[in-house]
Amino acid sequence: MMAAKKTVPVKKVVIRAAPAMKNMRVWKFGDDIDTDAIIPGRFLTINNPDELAKHAFEGTRDEFAKKVKEGDVIVGGRNFGCGSSREHAPLALMGAGVKVVVARSFARIFFRNSINVGLLPVVCPQADKIADGERITLNIRDGCIEADGKKYPIEPVPVFMQGIIDAGGLVEYAKSLKEVPACTR
Amino acid sequence: MTATIVEKIFSRKCGSDIRAGEVVMAPLDGAMIHDITGPLAIQKFYEMGGKKVFDPKRIIMLFDHQIPADSIEAANNHVYMRKFAAEQDIHNYDINEGVCHQVTLEKGRAAPGEIVVGADSHTCMYGATGAFATGIGSTDMGFALKFGSLYFKVPETIRAEVSGRFPKRVGAKDLILSIAADIGADGATYKAIEFTGKTVRKLDMPGRMTLCNMAIEMGGKAGIVAPDKITWEYMKGRRKMKPFELDSDEDAKFAEKRSYDVSDLEPQVAVPHNVDTGVPISKVEGTHIDQVFIGSCTNGRFEDLAEVAEVLGKKKFNPKIRVLIIPASRDEYLKTLKAGLIEKFVKAGALVEAPCCGPCMGGSFGLIAPGEVSLSTSNRNFKGRQGSTDGKVYLCSPATAAASAITGEITDPREV
Ligand code: SF4
Repeated sequence: MMAAKKTVPVKKVVIRAAPAMKNMRVWKFGDDIDTDAIIPGRFLTINNPDELAKHAFEGTRDEFAKKVKEGDVIVGGRNFGCGSSREHAPLALMGAGVKVVVARSFARIFFRNSINVGLLPVVCPQADKIADGERITLNIRDGCIEADGKKYPIEPVPVFMQGIIDAGGLVEYAKSLKEVPACTR
Repeated sequence: MTATIVEKIFSRKCGSDIRAGEVVMAPLDGAMIHDITGPLAIQKFYEMGGKKVFDPKRIIMLFDHQIPADSIEAANNHVYMRKFAAEQDIHNYDINEGVCHQVTLEKGRAAPGEIVVGADSHTCMYGATGAFATGIGSTDMGFALKFGSLYFKVPETIRAEVSGRFPKRVGAKDLILSIAADIGADGATYKAIEFTGKTVRKLDMPGRMTLCNMAIEMGGKAGIVAPDKITWEYMKGRRKMKPFELDSDEDAKFAEKRSYDVSDLEPQVAVPHNVDTGVPISKVEGTHIDQVFIGSCTNGRFEDLAEVAEVLGKKKFNPKIRVLIIPASRDEYLKTLKAGLIEKFVKAGALVEAPCCGPCMGGSFGLIAPGEVSLSTSNRNFKGRQGSTDGKVYLCSPATAAASAITGEITDPREV
């Protein structure tokens, strides 16, 4: 199938910093945190974020669901969110009031799912220097995370995903589209 | 200009040269949803203002993770999806056919050169036919259902060239477990893994499916095997298509090339709680087990079950452990039944269930208790994956599972 090719201008967008991005309490996790750990398979009949949140990290870190507070942040190591494509994982975290997940690196599907549902994944190569329970500030404009007086650089979000973040997620982004011209780059 | 097979697939679809790293809104040939991720995808489709899906004939719908409905919530999700199928004129395979990925391939719903997505991470299995196939989340799926296209960053390709002849009772699963251990759990993130070389060219379709199925366990966006005679033979009767050439150019730009020789490969076992922990069986021989699960989209095909039967011979399974055998689809079940193997398994002490995911994801039946150990032919051994987070899951080949089910502990299939 041949289709006419148009170039869509890429808008320059900056992630809008929300107030909750300051002074966020850290829940620290290690490498290869899989989506089965974030939300176990037996809860996948639930689609509501608030309900899912009650079982976030159940069996892996039971105090999380009990003690997490609105505006807390998750800091992971390498390959955060690997495994199953379940979108219930970012939804469970959002239901728990988490708006940002910082990690040294993310698994591809989790990264994309998070942006689609409005959870901000932030790649910070030095995330392992941040400690559990610490309070951090995400400074998008300066491209860094501030923790304990130190600054750790973060990586910019891929350009084509910024439009989705700016719209507030893929649902909102899709609403603004009548059709999508296939093969546009 | 030279290109990888993945670049060629995107270029063919769009009628212009597309290279790795480019972001493109690619048209989709197929989109698969099942009972776990489907309800959320449908919800997103509506939230996006969706009224009619882009093409009901290109949508594959079935239930496999929680069937027959094992809770009222699961039953409700099924009802919701059936309603959607009726409203949208989508053919729903419902609970009758088996595990989503196996069924998609059997029904010819993924083919060489196509771009297919599925709301499940193991969608990469369709690469066994030479399709570009990748797993997506439910919101992306909502978008796909509505528009029939999706943004892709065309991935670079890791070329895994495999040579040598498999020793007896060593096969595709042992190979992919050793490749996963070599590349690592995130070694292929954002990349496709192309399996090639003499050994892959000789490998049958079920073996190729096992390889591509586990590309995601290295973070891979897709696994792929270039179509050849074996592929086109498989497509016969499933899809009306004229065979065509599709392969990476030898001098294409690959992210990296790795080579593997299977001549001296030992049976591999991935130990808890990560998939990239594969070790030669000698390191874990004698490990206590409580349950053996033989099935899943990775290793629940007739050929896998025939191998189990071969290892079993006239012996019985150890009555001290539970042995669960679940063919991956109705077709595979029937083949196994006709070959007389179901009777053999049941007589040997196994519990044979109707085609579904079973305990693979820990969301349905067959779960393990705290402290228990499962040995499984599936693809994931994450903490809690098959029940209690205080349980353990080891991954292995059908042959190793069979040998261990006979002795009641992890056992080298070459010694049974
Ligand atoms: S068999 Fe296991 S891996 Fe395959 S689709 Fe079902 S739950 Fe997923």
